Amino acid sequence: MNTPTIMKQSRWVPWLYLAPALLVMAVFVLYPMFNTFVLSFMDKTGTQSAAVSCVAGQPCWGSFENYRYALTNPEMLQALRNNALWLLLMVPGTVITGLLFAVLADRVRYEALAKAIIFMPMAISFVGAGIIWRFVYYIETGSGQQIGLLNAVLVAFGGQPVAWLSNPAFNNFALMIVGVWLWAGFCMTILSAALKSVPAEILEAARVDGAREVEVFFQIMLPIIMPTILVVTTTMVINVLKIFDIVFVLTGGNFGTEVIANRMFKLIVTDTGRSMAIAVLLVLLTIPVLIFNVNRFRQQEASR
Amino acid sequence: MKPFQRLNRIFNHLPVHLALILMCVAWVLPTMGLFVTSFRNSEDVRTTGWWTALAARQTPGEPEYTTYCASCHGADGKALPAADLSDPTLIEKYPRSNRLLAMLRKEINGQPHLTDPALPENPNEALEKLSPILTYMQDFSGSSQDQSRFTLRNYADALVGYKGTQNYLTDCEQGVESALSKFKCTAADLLNPEGMGRAFVNSLLVAVPSTLLPILLAAFAAYAFAWMDFKGRMWLFALLVGLQIVPLQMTLVPIARMYVSLGMEGSFIGIWLFHTGFGLPYAIYLLRNYLSGLPKEVFESVYLDGANHWTAFWQLAIPLATPAIASLAIFQFLWIWNDFLVAKIFLSNNPVLTVQITNLIDPRGGNWHILTGAAFLSFLVPMIVFFGFQRYFVRGMLAGSVKG
Ligand code: HEC
Repeated sequence: MNTPTIMKQSRWVPWLYLAPALLVMAVFVLYPMFNTFVLSFMDKTGTQSAAVSCVAGQPCWGSFENYRYALTNPEMLQALRNNALWLLLMVPGTVITGLLFAVLADRVRYEALAKAIIFMPMAISFVGAGIIWRFVYYIETGSGQQIGLLNAVLVAFGGQPVAWLSNPAFNNFALMIVGVWLWAGFCMTILSAALKSVPAEILEAARVDGAREVEVFFQIMLPIIMPTILVVTTTMVINVLKIFDIVFVLTGGNFGTEVIANRMFKLIVTDTGRSMAIAVLLVLLTIPVLIFNVNRFRQQEASR
Repeated sequence: MKPFQRLNRIFNHLPVHLALILMCVAWVLPTMGLFVTSFRNSEDVRTTGWWTALAARQTPGEPEYTTYCASCHGADGKALPAADLSDPTLIEKYPRSNRLLAMLRKEINGQPHLTDPALPENPNEALEKLSPILTYMQDFSGSSQDQSRFTLRNYADALVGYKGTQNYLTDCEQGVESALSKFKCTAADLLNPEGMGRAFVNSLLVAVPSTLLPILLAAFAAYAFAWMDFKGRMWLFALLVGLQIVPLQMTLVPIARMYVSLGMEGSFIGIWLFHTGFGLPYAIYLLRNYLSGLPKEVFESVYLDGANHWTAFWQLAIPLATPAIASLAIFQFLWIWNDFLVAKIFLSNNPVLTVQITNLIDPRGGNWHILTGAAFLSFLVPMIVFFGFQRYFVRGMLAGSVKG
């Protein structure tokens, strides 16, 4: 504890300072969370138990009916599968791209400029980024010229234009590339700070001993910045679980690109109960990350 | 360094430079496409890629017209007063190229209409030449549209929320009926509810209070967490760390219902309070870490001088924490400025920029010139903040995710 002990204070003074913030958080975070949980067991209108929407002769989970939907409905299964795909491909893709940038930019004089370019997408809205990429992926189906960059390149090399966003074979990857474009700058910035904190003497010593740059990187730098990589990865995991705006703007979740958060948004008015069950599912998925975060915080406090 | 060594160094670094520059180009191109397109003539946007914006403009039919017709009618079609090809009523007599061909095959004053060069004998081949010529003539006679390569009209369209077939300024100049029923063609149109101008104002009305309010509340709480002793301090703070990652999906519906029952749905106060609640955990966390990192002696000495917490807070903690507050303010402001989901749910009757952009999307992709302009209008403030305060911006982000 680093509180000065000389200051005499009555017991309730701290609570005066805390009260406004705690009150707002209680009303606008804690209570709604609790209420969302309750609503997830209710029907469409949020007044009766979810069990009323059960149909005789079909599977029914009673009060957990909305969760049956969230875990077994084909569209939800697709959303869960897509989110898993995002986690598997987009998270490592972004972290590795960010790391690559950080390592490369560290070696050149125009580091600041290069970093600003990569980082810039973080400043704009996901909706705006969605428009940018809708235009890149645009396909002209009539007889006109391709005005979308990607298809124009394809055609210039003699290929056929491709419906990047509506072809289920690769539209998910097209969306993930947008995600990498957006977040690589975030990963780069944090990883670059970690790289710079690696003591130069260690690196020099290794180089003097004749280690190649690749060895220096994999055997010395990487282990040192591993904790930071973990932190960046967990943050990205949370971002990806909540991925919404990009999908909403680019495909609306159609053509096999549905994700959890978009499903939740679609149902928010028409079927509150199911929507809330999906929200709870989303939180349950983030709990492992939450535990990791709290543990890290505890360790930091202990080493203070 | 000797010149030779320097050269060697550059050579060794060549792959690094190449890779980095390639990646930077790949990162910039998409945004550049949007930027260039937003300034291009709408007809050009529809027919050619943005990367050709500076290339020589090939109007279809222009070369054919020049070969066959320009020698007598002139490049602008006005050379013969008896047959002014820039007169739309004359051109409208020939809606199809076969009608034009029939006329051209007739003799004028006992002479063939055109001889040097003559049109191909084969009617099909002749029509192949004539159809682009007709389009070209229709183009330069019919439309009084602004044909310059670059224009600001797209931005005017986006600001007022124009959805017609020409553009807002032209419609107003020509007094087009459909435009006048919707617009006044005065500055008041900037506040048209369907336009980006109004959305810009709405975004400001949402973002500024939603940034200031949580920071003020968080500063008090953070001070208590950093410099006061009370029961359950650690636990409460650990709870905050956990709350930081609660997805906002978890709180949307109950709050929306609460607003409906209080009769304050769609109000600005509602969205301010939502953002305050949602932003507080991170704000407190960040400020508390900053404040508790300040030297203890400074606080001890002012307490010894008889200051109470209130004066220590205002005269010591707040001034010292200014860098952290600046980072936080920028972070929170941009987060809200760029938010879509919350605004869509709580304020869809007063759309902010992000929501308005999605309203403008044309599924068939026919209005890229407006959409790109609209998107760039929404980037204006983030870009200024980003390039003006990059240091604070990056620091705010770093503090949140690595520093303890
Ligand atoms: C050798 C010179 C010459 C050339 C080449 C020429 N024109 Fe003409 N054109 C004339 C003259 C002279 C008239 C005016 C006849 C009159 O007095 O009514 C005319 C009239 C016309 C008219 C008006 C007919 C009307 O309905 O009154 C049209 C349309 C026209 N030209 C189209 C063309 C097109 C298209 C081409 C190129 C494919 C072309 N001309 C090439 C000399 C030419």
